[in-house]
Amino acid sequence: MAGQQRVYRARIKSTRSLEKIFRAMELIASSRISKARQAVASSTPYARAISRAVSAVATYSDVDHILTTEKETVRRAAVLVVTADRGMAGAYSSNAIRAGEQLRERLTEEGKEVATYVTGRKGVAFLRFRKREAAAEWTGFSDAPRYEDAETIGDTLVEAFLKEYEDGGVDEIHIVYTRFVSMVTQQPEIVRLLPLEVVEGTEPPAADELLPLYSFEPNPAEVLDALLPKYVNSRIFNALLQASASELASRQRAMKSASDNAKELIRTYTRLANQARQAEITQEISEIVGGASALAS
Amino acid sequence: MPLQVELVSAEAKVWTGTARMVIARTSEGEIGVLTGHEPTLALLAPGQVTIRGEAGETVVAQVEDGGFLSIDHDRVTVVADTAALVTDSAR
Repeated sequence: MAGQQRVYRARIKSTRSLEKIFRAMELIASSRISKARQAVASSTPYARAISRAVSAVATYSDVDHILTTEKETVRRAAVLVVTADRGMAGAYSSNAIRAGEQLRERLTEEGKEVATYVTGRKGVAFLRFRKREAAAEWTGFSDAPRYEDAETIGDTLVEAFLKEYEDGGVDEIHIVYTRFVSMVTQQPEIVRLLPLEVVEGTEPPAADELLPLYSFEPNPAEVLDALLPKYVNSRIFNALLQASASELASRQRAMKSASDNAKELIRTYTRLANQARQAEITQEISEIVGGASALAS
Repeated sequence: MPLQVELVSAEAKVWTGTARMVIARTSEGEIGVLTGHEPTLALLAPGQVTIRGEAGETVVAQVEDGGFLSIDHDRVTVVADTAALVTDSAR
């Protein structure tokens, strides 16, 4: 009978130490999340300046660039899926992966080959488990990405885009990431990265205003050449930052409910342990009483 | 009317404010921007960008690899992947 009690005590102990881990993870996530949101905010001026400049070139000159031209036939598409490096974030990574898989299915139905690019250890593990080959993978920065990380990814993707199909190049690039809507909502989102559609920031000049004559140094084509890869990088950087904020937010939420559950479990086990102890005492007493009355008679 | 200057790097806004003059090195050579400059979009060469502020202070920023400079209606935006202030406002 004492065995029963010991089992409950052991369970309480292990649940308690798990709860401590959950609590610590929750606190870490919530302290990092404000930093991550700040990073999103402070990268906005750069993104805005770049897109304004790109749209200025697009509006005031008539250069075509390879990164903005649609290819006639799209035979291979690249999908970049942004996932987390670590688990314990609820359904965060699996949601992103699921959105990526759906996109992959859709593209395959359209008759395109799909090359998968992935960031984050969870996505890498997903592919490895299914014995699928990633075209390229990056790990180690999912909760605090730096601009250099976005640059490496951007350079690889642009290079793949510029290559011919026969040499393993891709004709369009999609990116799947988790947009940070609020602390409680994070939305997996699919954007087409290349070929670029420049939409933001074009303010058509008023009718009475003279079109400003832009001068480009050294010349429009070269300016565009330098700007567009930067634009791509800043889009990727923004996606990475949003994803990191989402990851931390869903980790915080998952860990909060995990530690709540642990508390609930501890309470149940404590009750059961008390019951077992009481049952044991009752049994001992009745044994003593039974023994005494057997001797007396 | 003074120039509205914004100096941004990829990760953060480095400096904003009003200035009388902005001096930078583009791929073609030195450029000095005063108010009323024509709209321009120029690629920067690595080097220093000097901003002469309204109150006479001088802000110097080191721009690393390829940034660009855009001027539009007296609004100057200096953008670089990496930029750091080397401010010596006393001068």
